[in-house]
Amino acid sequence: MRALFVAVALLVAAPALADSLLPAARYADTQLPDPRQEAQARALMETLRCLVCQGQAISDSNAEMAGDMRALVRTRIQAGETPDQVRDWLIARYGNWVTYDPPFSWLTAPLWLLPILLVVGGFFVARGRFKRRRSN
Amino acid sequence: MRPLLWVPLTVFLVFLGFVAWGLYAPAARNIQSALIGQPVPEFDLAPAAPGRPGLASIALRQGRPRVVNIFASWCLPCRVEAPQLAELARRGVPIDGIAVRDRTEDLQGFLASYGNPFQAIGADVDRRVQLTLGSAGVPETFVIDGQGIIRHQHIGAINPQDVPAIVAAYEAAR
Repeated sequence: MRALFVAVALLVAAPALADSLLPAARYADTQLPDPRQEAQARALMETLRCLVCQGQAISDSNAEMAGDMRALVRTRIQAGETPDQVRDWLIARYGNWVTYDPPFSWLTAPLWLLPILLVVGGFFVARGRFKRRRSN
Repeated sequence: MRPLLWVPLTVFLVFLGFVAWGLYAPAARNIQSALIGQPVPEFDLAPAAPGRPGLASIALRQGRPRVVNIFASWCLPCRVEAPQLAELARRGVPIDGIAVRDRTEDLQGFLASYGNPFQAIGADVDRRVQLTLGSAGVPETFVIDGQGIIRHQHIGAINPQDVPAIVAAYEAAR
């Protein structure tokens, strides 16, 4: 009786849909005919952030919106845009947040410059120590 | 006592504080469109449902501010905000809709069940216009002034307590 109830409940249960009923966009999961363009699009997709499944790249997300973004990237690359143009188009709409490869700016400069500064600083500290030990 | 000895520990504790803050502060999940203050990008959408015209960007710079609601019949929060959209329409705010990835029959059912406050509804079948506007989900609502400049973006469903802010943004866009 209980098993029957569970079976009926499973049959009538509708999944909570967060996606539309339309099929995936063309080029969401279809490669471009030109392998060179497909490689470009693929490399770009791996550095673009999915807007709904935040923390994933659009290349490895199953969200419908990620599929739509892949289709957008492929269509624009196919139309002759460079990957940087497509990236800039998205940054103009969603900010630097959308790319995993943020452009170099005053805001991101510490990310790149601080490690160099720390290594140089560490070199001078170490040199000072070794000098003192030698003089002992 | 050499106070300098405590500097590394202090720096480390400050660092630890930042880590704890980053871990426990609720992460901002809303992605604001970077186009606020900028003109609406060009687009031209076909009608999504019979009885309402489609939506083109040129209709959003006719001298009067307009509210554009991005929604879909398959989106549950869109049902939640329907009474608030009706309230906005009742207060004289002109609302246009962009139906994302929708089918005409589903959309007609949605409008019949939850009301139709829209003066125009464009069909964004491939989500291209939503991405063009810098919108990251449904529902979202934009307030656009008479010159076609995006003035305000509301992310997520419009709850009753959000209505005054939308009306204020609409009034400010006049």
